[in-house]
Amino acid sequence: MTRKRRRLYTLLLALTGLGVATALVLTAFQDELVFFYSPTDIAANKPAPGRAIRLGGMVEQGSVQKLPDGVTKFRVTDTARTIDVTYKGALPDLFREGQGVVAEGMLAGESQFNARTILAKHDERYMPPEIAKSMKKADGEQQHSTGTLLK
Amino acid sequence: MIAELGQFALSLALIAAIAQAILSLVGAHRIDARFMAAGARAASLQAGSLAFAFGVLLWSHAQDDFSVRNVSENGHRLKPMLYKLAGAWGNHEGSMLLWILVLAAFGAAVALRGRQLPATLRARVVGVQGLIGIGFVLFVVLASNPLARMFPVPFEGNDLNPILQDPALAAHPPFLYLGYVGFSVAFSFAIAALLEGRVDPAWARWVRPWTLAAWCCLTLGIALGSWWAYYELGWGGWWFWDPVENASLMPWLSGTALLHSAVVVEKRDALKSWTVLLAILTFALSLVGTFLVRSGVLSSVHAFAVDPARGVFVLVLLALTVGGALTLYAWRAPQLKLGGLFRPISREGALVLNNLLLTTACATVFVGTLYPLFLDATQGRSVSVGPPYYLRSFTPLMVGLLVAMAAGPLLAWKRGDLAAALQRLWVALLALLIVASLTWYVQGGGPWLALVGFGLGAWTIVGAATDLAERVRLFRVPLSSSSARFANLPRSAIGAAIAHAGLGIAVVGMTGSALWQSERVLTMQVGEKVEIAGYTLTFDGVHKEPGANYVAERGAFRLQRGNGDGLGTMTPERRFYPSQRTTTTEAAIRTTGLADLYVVIGEPDGNGTVVRVWHHPFVPWIWGGAIVMVAGGLLSLADRRLRVGAPRASTPGKVAANVVAADA
Repeated sequence: MTRKRRRLYTLLLALTGLGVATALVLTAFQDELVFFYSPTDIAANKPAPGRAIRLGGMVEQGSVQKLPDGVTKFRVTDTARTIDVTYKGALPDLFREGQGVVAEGMLAGESQFNARTILAKHDERYMPPEIAKSMKKADGEQQHSTGTLLK
Repeated sequence: MIAELGQFALSLALIAAIAQAILSLVGAHRIDARFMAAGARAASLQAGSLAFAFGVLLWSHAQDDFSVRNVSENGHRLKPMLYKLAGAWGNHEGSMLLWILVLAAFGAAVALRGRQLPATLRARVVGVQGLIGIGFVLFVVLASNPLARMFPVPFEGNDLNPILQDPALAAHPPFLYLGYVGFSVAFSFAIAALLEGRVDPAWARWVRPWTLAAWCCLTLGIALGSWWAYYELGWGGWWFWDPVENASLMPWLSGTALLHSAVVVEKRDALKSWTVLLAILTFALSLVGTFLVRSGVLSSVHAFAVDPARGVFVLVLLALTVGGALTLYAWRAPQLKLGGLFRPISREGALVLNNLLLTTACATVFVGTLYPLFLDATQGRSVSVGPPYYLRSFTPLMVGLLVAMAAGPLLAWKRGDLAAALQRLWVALLALLIVASLTWYVQGGGPWLALVGFGLGAWTIVGAATDLAERVRLFRVPLSSSSARFANLPRSAIGAAIAHAGLGIAVVGMTGSALWQSERVLTMQVGEKVEIAGYTLTFDGVHKEPGANYVAERGAFRLQRGNGDGLGTMTPERRFYPSQRTTTTEAAIRTTGLADLYVVIGEPDGNGTVVRVWHHPFVPWIWGGAIVMVAGGLLSLADRRLRVGAPRASTPGKVAANVVAADA
């Protein structure tokens, strides 16, 4: 086999690999991207029902209710809007009222969210960048509309 | 005073790194032996000063010297000694010091142990290590000094994040860094080869042991991290496709590809320019990993509080290193002499396929990890890419890799006979079919992925055994002759077969734990029973138990097989660390080697205690497989030194500056 031939084969093989990978990535992206929503985002632009999303915000003070059979209900807020969350299972160690939380699951009804997983953090001082951003955004909007200064 | 000595050592290390880079590179350019020798001494000085600085940090942590800010932020008087020491690298500043120490140690190791390398090549490798060193030592001195003092001196430290106070996690960062940073040697060899304008089989033979050592450490580091996530986080999973985990997986994938392509350079003098590129990319991915973990730009379940300014510093270093290396590559690579020819169906061809699949898999992980960052920057939308994405993009590529993995080693170099290779794999094919049909029978149809996973696991393990059996001509010559052949096999061949089998074992573990796990979540009261996978657990209540620096709520569960004999007690804990007002979950795990029973308790509330019980079939095989892989790597590493012409420690007095390997 000549050098040119070999190069052609290698190139073809590499291109096929790249093509397959791109196809795999694109189809996977189409179905499996999980978008992040704050309660305000959900009110403004409702995600399609049955689509997995991530909901992030603060666990509202005094909202955590523990029901029998390991079900927990609480409210997630970004200071502007609030949404009810139901979750069955053990909560991560750093799940607390007044602390940031990210829940993955689906929207069920107007302002009801069924969480499949509650993402834990390892560090109390850590705030996921999305939450920090959405809190800041909600703060800004509220300041704008009511003229009060939060924080 | 001690801490100031350490700070002084850090500054000295910076100067030594500058001297190391300049003296070595200039010396190599001018072929001046005195310059090059001075550069090598500077490399030892840099490693020595950093070792001293790190020793000072360890000492300060062991002594609870809270006047050092790093100690006061991560130390505590009540902490057990192991975690006092682990506290030295369980935080940003200390772990970066460990990072540069490993980097400098590798540089010094090449300078000291690389006597059989051509002098200019060695000097260039040492010089490039020095260049990387300058950047990162500067980073530590300017932006993340672990030995900085604080005033007033607090009476008590803030303590190390309790979730990190764990033996596996104490060992995780050192191994991970030995792996990450170990690839810097392959990088430096690649740059040195580009500067020299020469890549030949001897070069590949020198690069391979370093890469293999780094690969072994990285494999172990990743396994330790995932084992820790499995038993400490109490979520019952062992891999979450989290950015921080992906950060260590990407260099592993490309490093594995590099190991294999270096074989082609060594045996066949082909794929040279590709191997050089792969060496650059592997270290680049290690730097990307460092950046992702240290900057906090990505939302991660493993993230800790971080300082964004430091992320920018690492990003600039990353851009300089990778940008410089790739520019040099674009300029010099076309001048490399072209390598030998081979047919697509051959051992080389199989290794090219291996490289294609591994780098493509690495690319899918890269895209999945960084796409959220890209989308956030361009459209301002936050997304996360979760496990389903990787299941659909990464897994098919791995399936292809496993299929090819058994056949590759059976093909001859230059031109192979695929039909003959497949014929010899009939036992493996039989194993695949038997295991797949058994799986189908056991789960009554069920997810086809389980059939594929278990079947391919068996295929890979038996395929690796076939490789060895073929080499010793088992059952075709008398057994005594086979065993004599086995004794004469190169260790690298045995090591490779063992590592391949290890991956097969791990694949069985991953498949079993992902698809067959069962889970029960319930609120239990004292005396209640829960059944799972044929076991019965009776809840005996929770009592308080003091620990070294925590108070544990220890639950007790009596374990029975069905309603039969007692199998003892399982005691999951929740540990409350008063110093950080934090609670951690300690799972109780009972393993049979084939499956784990896994119990965690949650917070007690009015209705009882939330209990989560898992049955994880095959999960111990994941780490068992990883250990087998590392064992295979180490065996192969042991081979290199014994081989004629392979790197060997030269005896004192022997003039060995320019020895070129005998069989080059």
